[in-house]
Amino acid sequence: MATKQTRALARTMMAPAVVVLFIWMIVPLVMTLWFSFQNYNLINPMMTGFAGWANYTYVIGDPSFTQALVNTLILVGGVLLITIVGGTFLALLLDQPIWGQGILRIIVISPFFVMPPVAALIWKNGFMHPGYGMLGHLWKFFGLQPVDWFNQYPLFSVIVIVAWQWLPFATLILLTALQSLSEEQREAAEMDGANAVNRFRYIILPHMARAITIVILIQTIFLLGIFAEIRVTTGGGPGYASTNIAFLVFRTGILSNDIGAGSAGGVVAVIIANVVAIFLMRAVGKNLDA
Amino acid sequence: MTAKTLFAGALLLALTGTASAQTLTIATVNNGDMIRMQGLSDQFTEETGIELNWVVLEENTLRQNVTTDIATNGGQYDIMTIGTYEAPIWAKQGWLKPLDTLSADANYDVDDILPAIRGGLSLDGKLYAAPFYGESSFIMYRTDLMEKAGLTMPDAPTWEFIGEAARAMTDRANDINGICLRGKAGWGENMAFLTAMSNSFGARWFDENWQPQFNTPQWKETLDTYLSLMADAGPAGASSNGFNENLTLFQQGKCGMWIDATVAASFVTNPNDSTVADKVGFAQAPDTGLGKRGNWLWAWSLAIPASSQNAEAAEQFIGWATSKDYLATVAEAEGWANVPPGTRTSLYENPEYQAAAPFAAMTLASIDSADPTAPTVDPVPYTGVQFVAIPEFAGIGTNVGQLFSAALAGQMSADDALAQAQEATTRDMTRAGYIK
Repeated sequence: MATKQTRALARTMMAPAVVVLFIWMIVPLVMTLWFSFQNYNLINPMMTGFAGWANYTYVIGDPSFTQALVNTLILVGGVLLITIVGGTFLALLLDQPIWGQGILRIIVISPFFVMPPVAALIWKNGFMHPGYGMLGHLWKFFGLQPVDWFNQYPLFSVIVIVAWQWLPFATLILLTALQSLSEEQREAAEMDGANAVNRFRYIILPHMARAITIVILIQTIFLLGIFAEIRVTTGGGPGYASTNIAFLVFRTGILSNDIGAGSAGGVVAVIIANVVAIFLMRAVGKNLDA
Repeated sequence: MTAKTLFAGALLLALTGTASAQTLTIATVNNGDMIRMQGLSDQFTEETGIELNWVVLEENTLRQNVTTDIATNGGQYDIMTIGTYEAPIWAKQGWLKPLDTLSADANYDVDDILPAIRGGLSLDGKLYAAPFYGESSFIMYRTDLMEKAGLTMPDAPTWEFIGEAARAMTDRANDINGICLRGKAGWGENMAFLTAMSNSFGARWFDENWQPQFNTPQWKETLDTYLSLMADAGPAGASSNGFNENLTLFQQGKCGMWIDATVAASFVTNPNDSTVADKVGFAQAPDTGLGKRGNWLWAWSLAIPASSQNAEAAEQFIGWATSKDYLATVAEAEGWANVPPGTRTSLYENPEYQAAAPFAAMTLASIDSADPTAPTVDPVPYTGVQFVAIPEFAGIGTNVGQLFSAALAGQMSADDALAQAQEATTRDMTRAGYIK
């Protein structure tokens, strides 16, 4: 049992780590806020001084800002749709008693271990490139013109890659939920004459609702900031077709060396992320109370 | 003597040992010529005792890395590999040390450096970066396909001829594209090509009052010519092709013509890498008869950031890596065709080089014909052939590059791309204070 002394000791020993973590989080945030109100261009030392709201009006007035915002939402929505529908389907399959189940499960979750830039590179050159990619060869085999995925369907291509990466996560969480469903309940429904569709709709799906909520919440937070996959494959283009808010911030801050405007974009992104998070907590987070 | 004093003595010795051996940290790009230099640099260390610590990066990463380092006075590097875009801008900011000792060294012979290249790396007559290799751009073409099409490539063709030849050479059934051109977005990718091309159509980025010019008929003609050429005779997925992608396509025999950097000549004529090595001809970049050709000028160069604590040793290394002796060293090890090209007059006068490199004369003619101080038909307030030498250009150029890449991918029309380019550039130039 913890005595007063051990508790005090624990606190003292943990304090440095807590302080470091806090500074780690707060310092970049405060600096971003500070820079967002400064004229600061990396390679133009003439730009200095207080900028007022100029950086914000510049970023929000960017012709590609609205598109980036829409792209961000499509990206998040698209990936969520694929991973939840696909994840549920895979979880149902993996829940069946089949031979080699353990190995199969490991194979299914393995994409999660691949780093995003690596995954994106493999998809870009190995699969989707019209000249070298496997899909290109497949199309040619059937006498068709290879599809230039990243130029014809840039946002869709990015969604596919990101969904491939997040599908294992969704599957894993949903499978765990599925396994916690009591066998008796299923059998009872079966004996009452409920068919597979009805069993899924009235028993399995409601049971998985909480897990789905968790998947939506966690994935949304990560998906709002998708960057590596875009950087490696489309570079935000063609045009602004696959530019999301995170990539727009990168383009403004790093590619254009405009740290002031980039920081303003970063602050805007944080605000948007929070708005989305609050909205989600209200809309789907209710499931968590039960 | 106790063990303690022995240990202290050894430690002291070790410390003074490391302090006396000077180490230079060099940031460079992962291009073939630089990798070779890295391999040969042991010689420099043997001669001088100066150790070298290499940071080798891919082009875009290198740019971001060194720009951030020098702008924030990070002081990570003693030598940076930079281009003709950065050199004059950074020199003006006082971020680079002038190479005065080297310029005064008769043995180094600064006057031997090609005037166009030297001019691009100087500010107010002072050299701020030494060229490691220099390049212009020209046409590389398949002599066999040209013959099959019943055409003869002139030394200095027009865009009209290039269009005709490209369409005649195209044989989609056999995977042969008449022409391969850059389409990947980026100021150093598609915009390097398109800006140089636009010069030959009489277009320019800005007029003398820094007003963007994308709403002019000259830009419209440039973009229309480029798009229709690529639609009729370009490879699939061209909007993701940069230098390296096109190089691979050409080496695999999938391009009838390719207009790009002159340094590519040694790669496409090297039988180890290229399936068409013995069938490549060279010609100057096309024009439209307005007095400017569509070729650029670039030099990957070595410079010393003002923050370097080892400036003297750094200048010594730059002297070694960009000297005539270094060229001779590479020639001895790898043959004359593989020496870094485009920097020294003496190289182009060397009969051994002329014999080994069939592209030498055309390279020199292309470099000499590019003038960064008067790149366009009409006067402009900026220098730079395939870029505009202002700090904001990296961002603006990449932005416009995205729009033109989208037009190539068929995501938007040429008119929309030009209108949006005009709007975005006007916005950025107003923000930067060029337009009141």
